[in-house]
Amino acid sequence: MSEEQTFLDALKARESARDVAEPTWVAARRQAASARFEAVGFPTKRNEAWKYTDVRAIARGDFALATDAEFSRASAAALTLPLEALRLTFVDGIFSAPLSDLSELPKGVIIEPLSQALETNHEAVGAVLGRLAGVDFSPFSALNTAFAEEGAVIRFAPGTVVEKPIIIQFLSRAHERPVMSHPRVLIEAGARSEATVLEHYVGEAEAANFTNVVSEALLARGAILTHYKLQEAPLGDLHIASLHVDQGRDSRFTSFNLNLGGGLVRNDIVADLNAEGAEAQYYGLFFAQGRQHVDNHTLVNHNAPHTFSQENYKGILDDRAHGVFNGKVIVKRDSQKIEAHQNNANLLLSDRAEIDTKPELEIYADDVKCSHGATTGQLDEEAVYALRTRGIDEQTARGLLTLAFAGEVMEVVKLDAVAERVELAVAGKLPERFNLAGLVEAAVALGEE
Amino acid sequence: MLEVKDLHVTVEGSEILKGLSLTVNAGEVHAIMGPNGAGKSTLSAVIAGKDGYEVTSGSITFEGRDVLEMEIEERAQAGLLLGFQYPVEIPGVKNIYLLKAALNAQRVARGEGEIPAPEFMKLVKEKINFMKMDSSFLQRAVNEGFSGGEKKRNEILQMLVLQPKLAMLDEIDSGLDIDAMKVVAQGVNSLRDPERGILIVTHYQRLLDHVEPDVVHVLVDGRIVKSGDKDLALELESRGYDWLVEESAA
Ligand SMILES: Nc1ncnc2c1ncn2[C@@H]1O[C@H](COP(=O)(O)OP(=O)(O)OP(=O)(O)O)[C@@H](O)[C@H]1O
Ligand SMILES: [Mg+2]
Repeated sequence: MSEEQTFLDALKARESARDVAEPTWVAARRQAASARFEAVGFPTKRNEAWKYTDVRAIARGDFALATDAEFSRASAAALTLPLEALRLTFVDGIFSAPLSDLSELPKGVIIEPLSQALETNHEAVGAVLGRLAGVDFSPFSALNTAFAEEGAVIRFAPGTVVEKPIIIQFLSRAHERPVMSHPRVLIEAGARSEATVLEHYVGEAEAANFTNVVSEALLARGAILTHYKLQEAPLGDLHIASLHVDQGRDSRFTSFNLNLGGGLVRNDIVADLNAEGAEAQYYGLFFAQGRQHVDNHTLVNHNAPHTFSQENYKGILDDRAHGVFNGKVIVKRDSQKIEAHQNNANLLLSDRAEIDTKPELEIYADDVKCSHGATTGQLDEEAVYALRTRGIDEQTARGLLTLAFAGEVMEVVKLDAVAERVELAVAGKLPERFNLAGLVEAAVALGEE
Repeated sequence: MLEVKDLHVTVEGSEILKGLSLTVNAGEVHAIMGPNGAGKSTLSAVIAGKDGYEVTSGSITFEGRDVLEMEIEERAQAGLLLGFQYPVEIPGVKNIYLLKAALNAQRVARGEGEIPAPEFMKLVKEKINFMKMDSSFLQRAVNEGFSGGEKKRNEILQMLVLQPKLAMLDEIDSGLDIDAMKVVAQGVNSLRDPERGILIVTHYQRLLDHVEPDVVHVLVDGRIVKSGDKDLALELESRGYDWLVEESAA
């Protein structure tokens, strides 16, 4: 039996078990997606876009679908970001009402689980869902579309400014037989609306599940959206994600793609700058140890003149971890006066760690400002020396500088709870000899005064 | 406490220090003056343990220990601390991290426990106020984007928190405005202690007006050519170095 067949069988089983009739468009898309997936199959290393990322751990897996969303409140609380927020929680892909908090939805804001949105007004969802993430984007987007039934639907009416961040929390549980989930996130940001949405992936340490998420964000004229992804999934988790962004005139999209967890991780981010004045900023940080594999593929399409993009990704790799960064910028023929800047810097803490980094610029306009740079290296020895002259031992000095390397991305992060969490996580994950956790706590305490 | 004997040092093949001897006792403040390129910073770099300086002969001992055998961090942990002429910017490393890590390293080396957080915060705040620095400097990256004067204050702040046994300050007074000069001088004076030695490298009488030295040395071409009391500095101020250069060449 082919690897794909296991997934197709699981899909059939799910369909015959489904007790409610689905809108016809949903069923039709499911079918088309499954046909697409069957036709292309899982990507192999022969696919250029998957050259460095081996997905056999997924393809050969046998994943169940979760049937409940039980999760103890206490353990959920320990995993939850300490932020005042509007919150949607999914456990292994299944919506958990008790762990969600949507009690005080501000005016002009809709946040609901996809299942509910389909029940109450499926036409409104159908009009936009999948508009940016077609089944031909990747075999995984096809697989997602074939399975998708749950996720988050978020809408901001024009002019709405949402003060609290919106957190979509994905919890992964440890099971005897691992599970898979195929969530969708759909964000429609009306004209001049302003909001922050955070996808948070976290779970029980022993979990080894497969998450395959597709997110779409549509920014109307002048909309400002900050998107965080904080991926702290258990180290056994397999995590595939794509985020597709469509930007109208003068809209501003900022992405923080922060990856600390997961055994096998692939992120795709695609922004289409479709009208003048649209601006996309990508910030990324990945930290991998052991045999973790983290692949970030980003793409910015400058489809209109006077658009702006900027990207800064940093990677820290220890042990035998493998990182991939592929940053692509495409400037269409008549997209004059655009600016696109890209930077990727990586730090290797071990000589068995590996990074594949590739900037790709495809420029078909002539009046543009573009730059890119990639560096992979070690720490600044002069700084190591300066710290040692203060009595700080060499290991701690290197630890501090590693933390500092990550800090350059974290400085831009506006949500303090996220910055602190990541900083503490990086400090805690660095080899114990660095003994940095106490330092970070001191700085956090100082900041809170 | 610090004894430098007949020190010869070469940098990239050329001899910079050519038989330098110097003794600093606890409770004393020494000033080293001398023309540009004489080797003043080289001396502090060798004492601190910077790479690239080859000691071809001579010795440095600190409280009886052979400094040249100690690791860079061991020297600082033992209480031998250098304030840089050009403090290094360390992007991303918060000042507070540096201070805490450095203080704890010293304490642990002495067999004491790490400093409890509240005690540390109290200490740091007291010192930063003394240096008339805003507490936001604690959260900023070490020296990054600091003005020249702010960097120098930051060096003294580290001294005040770490309380070395011997403080070497290399041109801590250059680039300071009048007010900053007073603050820095106050900082240095507050370090004065019967148990502590202080070694100041400077070009100007200005600092010495505030921080009165017990001994003034003149370093020319890799050697101390003259030592005296504070009046020697005044004499240098009015006569320059030429007469000493000639004297030492003669
Ligand atoms: N890394 C190096 N490579 C080559 N020459 C060096 C190096 N470091 C120092 N020197 C030389 O050693 C000599 C002494 O330099 P040093 O910095 O010690 O002088 P200084 O007395 O501190 O001068 P200043 O008053 O200008 O600070 C100079 O001629 C300098 O060019
Ligand atoms: Mg000098």
